[in-house]
Amino acid sequence: MVITLMLNGEKRQLDCRPDTMLLEALRDAGCKSVKCGCDTTNCGLCTVWLDGHPVLSCSVPAMRAAGRSVTTLEGVQAEAEVFGRCLIAEGGEQCGFCSPGFIMNVLAMKQELKNPSEEEIARYLEGNLCRCTGYMSQMRAVRRYLEVEA
Amino acid sequence: MFTIQEYAMPETLQEAYDILKAQRSNVILGGCAWLRLGSRRIRTAVDLSKCGLDFIRENGEFIEIGAMTSYHSVAASDLLKSVFDGVIASCVTSIIGVQFRNTVTVGGSVYGRFGFSDFLTPLLALDTRIVLFNRGEVPLKDFMTMPYEKDIVVMVRIRKDGRHLSYQNMRNSRGDFPILNLAVSYGEAQGFTVTVGARGPKAVRAEKTSAYLTGHCRQKDEALLQGACDLLVSEVSFTDNMRASADYRRLISQVFLKRAVREVTGW
Repeated sequence: MVITLMLNGEKRQLDCRPDTMLLEALRDAGCKSVKCGCDTTNCGLCTVWLDGHPVLSCSVPAMRAAGRSVTTLEGVQAEAEVFGRCLIAEGGEQCGFCSPGFIMNVLAMKQELKNPSEEEIARYLEGNLCRCTGYMSQMRAVRRYLEVEA
Repeated sequence: MFTIQEYAMPETLQEAYDILKAQRSNVILGGCAWLRLGSRRIRTAVDLSKCGLDFIRENGEFIEIGAMTSYHSVAASDLLKSVFDGVIASCVTSIIGVQFRNTVTVGGSVYGRFGFSDFLTPLLALDTRIVLFNRGEVPLKDFMTMPYEKDIVVMVRIRKDGRHLSYQNMRNSRGDFPILNLAVSYGEAQGFTVTVGARGPKAVRAEKTSAYLTGHCRQKDEALLQGACDLLVSEVSFTDNMRASADYRRLISQVFLKRAVREVTGW
């Protein structure tokens, strides 16, 4: 089945089976930033935006994205670069495998929450698991990014 | 590994219901959060995304939450934050990750009646009804014990009756499933309603405990409150599972009951 959607601002047609998940469809469409981690809605690696809201693409049927807008890291390069610099400056990138999903959620948080507290930041990002950083360097990077963008 | 042979996105509930009933292995999709953990062979998956069920609204003396509303919308709703001491909005915030909460739907979790649900326990302590497409409106209390028939959850309706509501829960770690949860609602006119969930099986109302509290506890009295705790653990069954033992749940439930009663009464 062929679905039509807006992918990173461009109208695209994707060929999917009825049980294809958005994660697989996006990677097949060339969006290799979308990583497959747990594949069971736990780790946050596969975070993309569906109509501007962060979702776990491993648990969204690709068919559900028909006629809607999907954004991956490839579609927010300019904003991601600013935060990426903060990640590097604070040593928050480490192996980098979780970074695409983490960055997508941080950018979503910035749009949704105004002047978030430490607690609000931690709560918003708790669905992004990282096995390298221990989260402290990531949190410093988020704070630095919010200061830069203020 | 699950499989889906056909995918339908009907624009009306009648159309969705007709597809659902057409074959035994046709199912309604909720948020699909658990889909990958199972091995279902689905003939036609019915997606309600185009049926207009994503809403949180006031309708007369009721608050209505559509079946395709996400948990994140529930958590972020100013309307839900403004009623029942904000508990309906806050009870889902411990479910880990905003991305996950953006995926999970109210209808999917209500229909599933999962034992670990954070959402059903406080709803059960209120005057809550479930609107089903075929059966019509059913009190949540009755819905909890109904068989899993093929029907479509259309919306949740909660009577806005000004009750105070407290939700207590305990987890081994933040974001994990609760090992026990308990809710108490209280209003001058309605008295107390106590519900217990994540006790092993799905949430239940503790009817005797609710009646006892309503009949006896009109003022702060620790002895009477302990009496309610004793009644609670004799009335509600708890089970052992990998998260906690039944004995531990019994102990914790009493602490939760006292805390919740104090919160809703201001004692």
